[in-house]
Parts: sequence; structure tokens; C-alpha cells
Amino acid sequence: MSAEITESELRERVRTLLSEIHPDDPSVDSITFRGAQYDHGLAWVHFPEGLGGLGLSRADQAIVADELGSNAKNITNDLAVNAIGIGMGAPTVLTYGTPDMHERFLRPIFTGEEIWCQMFSEPGAGSDVAGLSSRAVRDGDDWIINGQKVWTSLAHHSTYGMLLVRTDPSLPKHDGMSYFVLDMKAPGVDVRPLHQITGEAEFNEVFFNDVRIPHSMMLGHEGQGWRVAITTLMNERVALAGNSSRRGQGDIAKLVETWQTRRHDYGSSASEVAQRALAQDKVLQTYIEAEMLRITHERAKASMTQGVPGPEGSVGKLMSAELNKKIYEVAMDLLGNDALTYEPGYELRRPGDHAMEGDSTLKHAFLRMRAQSIEGGTSEIMRNILAERVLGLPGDVRNDKDVPWVEIPRSG
Amino acid sequence: MDLSFTEEHQQLRELVRRFLDECSDEQAVRAQMDTEEGFDRSVWTRMAEELGLLGLMVPEEQGGTGLGAVELAIVMEEMGRSLLCAPYFSTVVLGGNTLLESGDEALCQEILPKMAQGELFLTLAVEEENGGHDLSDIHCSAEKQGDSFVLNGVKTPVLDGALADVLLVAARTEQGLSLFRVDANAEGMTRKPLPPLDTTRKLARIEFQSTPAELIGREGSAEAVLEHVLDLAAVALSAESTGGAQACLDMAVQYAKERLQFGRPIGSFQAIKHKCADMLVQVESARSASYSAAFSAVQDAAELSVTAAMAKSKSSEAYFFVAAENIQVHGGIGFTWEHPAHLYFKRAKSSEVLLGEPAFHRQKLAALIDL
Ligand SMILES: Cc1cc2nc3c(=O)[nH]c(=O)nc-3n(C[C@H](O)[C@H](O)[C@H](O)COP(=O)(O)OP(=O)(O)OC[C@H]3O[C@@H](n4cnc5c(N)ncnc54)[C@H](O)[C@@H]3O)c2cc1C
Repeated sequence: MSAEITESELRERVRTLLSEIHPDDPSVDSITFRGAQYDHGLAWVHFPEGLGGLGLSRADQAIVADELGSNAKNITNDLAVNAIGIGMGAPTVLTYGTPDMHERFLRPIFTGEEIWCQMFSEPGAGSDVAGLSSRAVRDGDDWIINGQKVWTSLAHHSTYGMLLVRTDPSLPKHDGMSYFVLDMKAPGVDVRPLHQITGEAEFNEVFFNDVRIPHSMMLGHEGQGWRVAITTLMNERVALAGNSSRRGQGDIAKLVETWQTRRHDYGSSASEVAQRALAQDKVLQTYIEAEMLRITHERAKASMTQGVPGPEGSVGKLMSAELNKKIYEVAMDLLGNDALTYEPGYELRRPGDHAMEGDSTLKHAFLRMRAQSIEGGTSEIMRNILAERVLGLPGDVRNDKDVPWVEIPRSG
Repeated sequence: MDLSFTEEHQQLRELVRRFLDECSDEQAVRAQMDTEEGFDRSVWTRMAEELGLLGLMVPEEQGGTGLGAVELAIVMEEMGRSLLCAPYFSTVVLGGNTLLESGDEALCQEILPKMAQGELFLTLAVEEENGGHDLSDIHCSAEKQGDSFVLNGVKTPVLDGALADVLLVAARTEQGLSLFRVDANAEGMTRKPLPPLDTTRKLARIEFQSTPAELIGREGSAEAVLEHVLDLAAVALSAESTGGAQACLDMAVQYAKERLQFGRPIGSFQAIKHKCADMLVQVESARSASYSAAFSAVQDAAELSVTAAMAKSKSSEAYFFVAAENIQVHGGIGFTWEHPAHLYFKRAKSSEVLLGEPAFHRQKLAALIDL
């Protein structure tokens, strides 16, 4: 807690908010309530006063969540409202935006009135996002954008996009980029759904055909794009590492539930008994892994408050990606022949178009979890980071250092 | 549950680490592991007198410092890191905790002060030739003869069984599972040292033939005592494993930075780099497992069986993974007797099996949380 506001004072502020406007009141919609939450400085308590925060530490947001959760049922989840905007867009705008941009963007991001997307990845630049090719060329007070992005989650719902483009191809790759906030309705922006392994299209490809963007929409300076992007990416990993504070909650609960229903289906033959024991041990191993991830998060929180972050804070993304894949792989085995069907089918649709229930939820999650070790930094990239930044091992041999971007070999 | 260590915890850790760096370096470990007794008595005395480690959990009025499972975990982690050769786990963790849990005041009064002084070695003899880890696998029998009992049966493997001055033995009477005290000079007891896979930890097979024994606590009441003692032992062993695993990771990372092949450090090859990252993940998981179990022993006793089962399963598997990968990162040198990698590798496998393999503990967990 900060020196100025104690935990009980912070809780008091949450109750004051709720006494003025309550989300469980049927006449109050999510946008209105979240707007009030923002105005009370309870959106991101670590943001400055007047911009949705109170200048406290990031960890204190948990107190707000706890107090809201204990006093109201209709609390909308940040991830559901505007995951990318709230988790990544807002901190980037706060760090690099002008005061005008703060005023203009932060509140509607938090309320969910304006959804944001992240346009970094391209066909030729994923893990190596700094190798990207989309170009911006200056034209008076505007920039003109041409190129293509891929895997852009939520682009089809978005009002704004965080756009990373190359402004000077003659510089080494990290130096020649700039970062813009793009109006997704601008002429020349073409969003097309990408069909993914679940049958849905959460993400899109986005084409830019002579899109005009005012210079005033640049975040940071020209050529500073990579630094700005790092802020976005760091916040992405925080958001993706996942976090459940009670034992057995989250995805692991699905596996436990499946086991507790299915364990009665095994017969009494020697083979069935053996199969049951093997399946049970897999469930137990996975359960323990989930618990270790949870405790590792708890330890990371404890060392953050003590001000000495250790390696426990860095392993979360890799651990949770690998765990979540395993949880549903084991669940599929438990389903037996029921795992052979996929009720939602693979007809192209947007997430949420098809209500899912029962085993379909598991089978869908089994497919969806493949993305966890790809999005937001693949598990291989996470291992590089752990080895190099945490353990201090030497970097890889590279072909792209100190070379003008135009001279680097690339695909796509 | 609050998982943060205090300033005092940190000081304890540093104190023990400094001491072990001095008294339990590789040379010391190698010297001791080749002896029959397996440890250095002068180091043991210093552990008692200078650091108060032997009376760590002994109440102050019995000459100890009255600390708990968290402090014990810190000490065990450091001992695991330096592979200390000493009968600490048998005497203090198994023996000391059994006496404390037995509720036998007179016996505690008699033995614990001496244990804390370093004058007496203890061990706990539970498992038998059938190899089972469950208390129901105990068949050793105790028969009443007049005021005392006689024991018949075999206990194996018993940690530091040949060294112990006082053995605490689990055996069955008509009333059920009970605990007995057998002194080193008892008649009808044969103690045979076993050749250990992990030579830093000594083992013995002990045979009782009408061996006189003294009942500890109430007859037929040993089950609850042993369950609790074995939970605490699992927590301590898992802390030891965490320390060992960290030492292996440190060794591998150090070597990966120094060893050059193909004109570059092997740590710049991703095959090696990613191994090290996976080792880090396992070390952090082991840490989470052993810390949460140690804190729950103090803060939430009802949880202990659950966290202890998870800790034993997770930390020992993590330790083995890291110890094995450490050999691989070292290549040929890692396979030699001269390199310390095998010492940790052997300790890791023996810690995985000792007190029950990981799958045994997962079965315990399954019963506890209905999985
Ligand atoms: C569901 C989903 C949502 C996404 N949403 C967005 C979004 O909203 N916005 C956005 O910009 N992007 C998004 N992405 C893209 C994501 O960030 C990239 O897919 C990811 O960074 C990997 O890039 P790539 O697909 O080009 O694979 P590549 O980088 O080509 O990787 C292919 C393989 O090579 C390995 N590899 C690459 N480089 C190295 C290296 N240096 N060392 C070792 N191995 C290496 C990778 O680990 C992987 O196994 C999304 C992805 C998914 C799956």
C-alpha cells in the first residue's frame, strides 16, 4: 500500500463508489458503472489520479477486485470487456501518449466503449516481430500505410489498433520502426477473418491499402516504435500468465470435474482397473502442476511486495501455457469415445456465435489451448528469455544485428 | 497462506549457508561418504553448539530453540544444496519429531536435551522387507512380557540404523500399531549396514529376535503419530530436494557459460539453453512445493497431509529431472567419478524413493481430496 492510502481506506473508496452507483441495479449498465469506477480512480489504481487511478501500486488493484467481488454480483471482467485494450493498450498510451491522448483514450478503453486490437505480427514477422515489413511513409501531416498484419485478435470489433510499422528500412531493424494508434474504420483498412483450428475466427488478417493516419496519432517519436512496443509486450505477458488465487480453481477445475464424473465408468476387469489407475495418476500429476503454478504466482506476489522479484515471477507464462495444454489433453483421454466427436463443427464462425455446453467446452478448450504456447511469445521464445535474462546464458549467434533491415533475409 | 520469509529466516539461511560452505564443500563430502560412519563428528558438535541446529525444534526448556517446520525447511534446503553428510534427517527430523509427537514427556525429557547437545543419535524404523510405504505394511510384532515388550521382525532400510544410539521402532501389538524404544546395546538385535546407492546417506537392515523394547506413549496409538511425523519428514525431504536441485541448476548454468564447442559457449546452443530454462521451471516448482508445505505445517495444520503429499511428489521428481539433465549438460565429464554431478544424481534418485515413490504420495493425495 502507498503511504497516503491504507488498505481500509481503499476499500472504503470502493464502497463509496458502490453507494453512488451499483452494478447490480438493473438500470445501471456495464459501461455506466465502469465509467464511474474510472472516475473514482479505481480502474487501474496504479495509474495517476484523474486517469482512472490513484497513484498506488499495481498489486493494490487486487484489493479493489476483492472488495467489488464481495459486494456486487454484476462485475464485468476486464478480459471479457476489452482484454487487449485494458491489459496492453492503456499502459502503452499512459507511458507514451500525450495528455490529449490520455484524455481521449483511457476512459473509453476501460468502459469497453472502444475495443482495441494489437497489430504487430505479420506473415513474415512473428517471434521476430521487429523484422516486420509494413511501411509508413510521411506525407505532410499524415503518414501513408501499406502492408499486412496477421493473427490480429478482435480486429473485427475494434475501434482502434496498436500499429507497429517500419518508417526507415535503411536502419537496423529495431531502429527503423514507429508506433501508431490506428482508427480501424479509416479508408483502406480491410479486416478479414482467419479460420482457426477450433472452427472460430478470433483473429483476422488486416490489409492496409494507402491508409492515411495523422502524425498526431504516433505514440512516442519517429523511430522509437520498438521501445513503445516493448511496453505493450511486457504487459501482454503479465496478462497471459494467468492467475487464480484459490486451489483447484481455473482450468484445472474442468479436469477434476471430468475425472470425478468419469471415474465411475471404469469396469472391474484387470485391464479396466489398470487403465483407471493410470488415468488417475495423470490427473493427479496435472493437479499438482496446477497447484505449483498457483503457488509460484503467490510467491511472485509476495516477493513483489517485498520488492525483491526473483525468477518465480518469470516462469509463469511458460508454466501456464504448457500446463493448460496438458490439462485438456488429459481430459480428452478421460472422455474416451466421446472425444471422437466435435459438436460445434468447424463451420467458420466468430467466438460466441455458438453456445457451448458440456463436453464440447472441453473439446473446444483442447483445441484452443494449442495457441497458448504460441500467442504472446512462443514457449521456445520464453525459454530463450528465461535462459538469457534470468540465468544469464549467452545469446544466440545472430545474422540480423547492426545490419540495415533491407539487407536481412526474410520470408513472407 | 502467507508465503513470505522474514528477516530472521533470511539470517538463518545465511548462517547455515556460510557454515556449510566451510564444513561441507565437495572435498568434505567425498571424505565423509567413504567412511563407515559417514559424517564428521566435529562438524556435528559445531552444528549443536555453535548453530543450535540439532535442537531446532526442541522446546527451549529442553535445551532447544523451539522453532518450527519453516526454519527446518530452510536448514534442510541448505543441507541439500551442499550435500551435507550427517545423520540429521534420521536423528533430528525422524527421531526428534517422533518423540515430540509421541507425547511421552518423560522420554522427551530424557532424550531431547542430549540430542540437542549432539550427544545422542536417533532413528525411526518403519519400513520392512515387503517394501511397502503404508503403515498397513508394518508386520513387525511386539509381545508383552511382564512389564516390558519383546520385538520380532526385520526393519529395512533404516536410515543411519547402524549408528543410532536409540531406535524408535514401529511394531504391532494386540492393541494395534505402537512405538517402541530399543537401545543400541539391546539383546537379540542385529544391525547390518547396507551398501547405499547414495553413499552420502547410510542405511542398515535391522533384525529383531526377541529384542527387549520399551513402549513409547500409549499402546496402539502410533498410527496418528507416525502419519504426522512422516508428513513432516516428507516436507523436510522436499526442502532438501529443492536445495539439491538448485545446486544442480547452478552447476549446469555455470558450465554452459564456460564450456566452448564449435567456437562458442555451449549455453548459446538452444538445445542446452532450453534444457536450462526447463530446469529453472522445475526448480521453481520444487520451491513452491516445499515452501507451501512448510508454511502450511505452521499456519494450517489441517492442510499438512495434502501439501506434504504434493511436496514429496513434486520436489523429488523435479530434483531427479534437474540432476539428470545436469549430467547431460556436462557431457563426458558429468559421467566421471571425479565430477560431483553423480553425487547429486544419486541423492536425487534415493530421495525420490525414500519414504515412498512419487506415485505413492499421489495416491495419498487422491484419497485426501477425493480425486
Ligand atoms: C490465438 C492467437 C492470437 C494472436 N493474437 C495476436 C494479436 O492480437 N496481435 C498480434 O500482433 N499477434 C497475435 N498473435 C501472433 C503471435 O504473437 C505469433 O503467432 C507468435 O509470436 C509466433 O509467431 P509466428 O506465428 O510467426 O511463428 P514463428 O515465429 O515463425 O515461429 C515458428 C516456430 O519457430 C520457433 N522459433 C522462432 N524463433 C525462434 C527462436 N529465436 N528460437 C527458437 N525457436 C524459434 C517458434 O517457437 C515456433 O515454434 C496471435 C497468435 C495466436 C495463436
